[in-house]
Amino acid sequence: MIEPIAKPRRKNPLLRTRLPTSPPRARSRASHGFTRAAAEGRFMLQRCGACETFCYPARDACPACLSADLVFTDAPRRGTLLSETTLHIPADVHFRERAPWRVGLVAMECGPKLVTHLHANCEKGKPVVMSFQLDKSGQAVAFAHPERETSNMADDRQWREMTADPKFRRALVTNGRSIVGQEVVAALKAAGASIVFVGVAEPWKPFRGEETLRGLEGVQIVPLDIGDEKSVADLAADIGGKVDILVNTTEHVRSGGLLDRQGTSVVRDEIDQTYLGFVHLAQAFGPAMRMRGSDGVNSAAAWVNILSVYALANWPMFGAYSASQAAALSLSHSLRAELRPGGVKVVNVFTGPLDIEWFQTVPPPKVAPRAVANAIVSALKRGLEDVFVGDVAEDIRQRLAANPKAVERELGA
Amino acid sequence: MDSNSLMQFAGAVASGAVSVVDLTFTLSPDFPVIVLPPEFGQAAPVRIQQISRYDASGPAWYWNNLTFGEHTGTHFDAPIHWFTGKDLPNNSVDTLPVRDMIAPACVIDCSAEAAKDADFLLTIPVVEAWEKSHGRIPERHWVLLRTDWSKKGWRDYANLKDDGAHTPGPDAAVMRWLVEERGVIGFGTETIGTDAGQAGHLDPPYPAHHFLHGGGRYGLQCLCNLDQLPPIGAVIVAAPLKIQNGSGSPLRVLALVPGQG
Repeated sequence: MIEPIAKPRRKNPLLRTRLPTSPPRARSRASHGFTRAAAEGRFMLQRCGACETFCYPARDACPACLSADLVFTDAPRRGTLLSETTLHIPADVHFRERAPWRVGLVAMECGPKLVTHLHANCEKGKPVVMSFQLDKSGQAVAFAHPERETSNMADDRQWREMTADPKFRRALVTNGRSIVGQEVVAALKAAGASIVFVGVAEPWKPFRGEETLRGLEGVQIVPLDIGDEKSVADLAADIGGKVDILVNTTEHVRSGGLLDRQGTSVVRDEIDQTYLGFVHLAQAFGPAMRMRGSDGVNSAAAWVNILSVYALANWPMFGAYSASQAAALSLSHSLRAELRPGGVKVVNVFTGPLDIEWFQTVPPPKVAPRAVANAIVSALKRGLEDVFVGDVAEDIRQRLAANPKAVERELGA
Repeated sequence: MDSNSLMQFAGAVASGAVSVVDLTFTLSPDFPVIVLPPEFGQAAPVRIQQISRYDASGPAWYWNNLTFGEHTGTHFDAPIHWFTGKDLPNNSVDTLPVRDMIAPACVIDCSAEAAKDADFLLTIPVVEAWEKSHGRIPERHWVLLRTDWSKKGWRDYANLKDDGAHTPGPDAAVMRWLVEERGVIGFGTETIGTDAGQAGHLDPPYPAHHFLHGGGRYGLQCLCNLDQLPPIGAVIVAAPLKIQNGSGSPLRVLALVPGQG
């Protein structure tokens, strides 16, 4: 039985805000197979192509037959908790301030044994279900969950260190004018966010859903035009110290590539909104978020980008748009590295064409705005870093893994 | 005019015998701009990017980079802005005669009518009624339409509904008449454009643009403080930036009016 976490009290202004510390981060190159699995929420182990033995930790040769043919593959998650240890006074600074901390040894049904972090409801000798998680240093660690749902399961102290759960956190959704933005607001509120700030640019322009948005409890509309450096800086001056989750719902979709567009004003708008907007947000909100990575129950936890999957492979029908998305993707990787010392995750949610006005002529399947919102909340609750929403996004990812050149030709056909 | 008179004028400005009224909104990112359907090219909004402010990027100096469209903030429309004026000589802000940048104004107060009806249209009879009190509009004068629209909050100022903007302006007949029968130098408004919000539905569409620029005349919009001007007797100083082949520009619009002193 886990006590539900309490809504955090207001901070004592006489106390110093604790600075974030990182758990040990060095990993071998082979171990980044686990990083990828954790980022996407998959449970993968190395498996020998010759003798089919699963092994752990990451190696360069099979411990059973010495074959070098070790491939990360999705593996069965079930195991049994063999033993557990509670660390009361760890030597490591990060864990020392989080002690007591429970770790255990799990025997997987598929063979290997894993040293793992433990959910409080895992009991010695009982079945557990494993996952890989990204810890505060962005590295993959094993985490054991109880076999069945337990009460207040998500409130487990050690689990919450691995996630960016919106519960009791304060979020900023940057664009409340879009349907996606409005769905994200609703989803974050439903997930227990204590307050959701919603940016609205050019407040003199009415928009669909405005009345509903203004009527929502725990939702505060704030002036925010992310293309405008000063607007972003002004908002950060007001609320930068209490944004725990930032969801960039900027949406600037225009069709066309290079040759059939006259001039550069449309391209420039794309860059202003998608690229410079990102830069403005990062420069204004990033430093405070990085600094507040260990600030209690409502510490800064995550930055979410909604990106087109065509950031990964240009779709010439929306060619310039794809390029602006690729630029944002590249920035997100820089931001991820820069926020990592604060333990703040950068979550990239990749989607295919959304079911919105700007993709009107694109045939289905299209992604419902609500599906994007639900995927964001799910990623925050599970502590994921890379999420693909919908069939098109998943399809592009798989085709890219198989043959990027084929994807280029097919998207341009 | 001898230099003495000019010095007298300068003295009158300095002493307050001539008041200088600023008819200009502050050029800022949050000021509404004209909204076109998204498939058209859009006016770049006003952006002010700091280069340095006595900091590591420039320890002793403060300055900014600016971007904005030619038609943002309180701004001037040159004849080249509209297709009707595209072939006229000296039709852009860099070539238009500098003499035209200083001219007297007639101010027609329609604030009561605009308060009652956001779609109020200035018509010939309204101007004729004004002329009964103040005399015939002289040639080469600005006609400024006072609606007190500049006193509204931004949302009411733009007043966008699902069928477009609802803001006052001139009808087609009065624009043609002001240009052809009265020889005005230009027409100015407090609203986002010289035309009414619904002017796309007039014949011709956007008559202020159509007739003013077709006749080589000018537009001023997003003016404020028109309530501080007398119906006649104010002199407008409106010098747009000298932008190469520019169709318009944000500018400082000043009115010289007889002062109290």
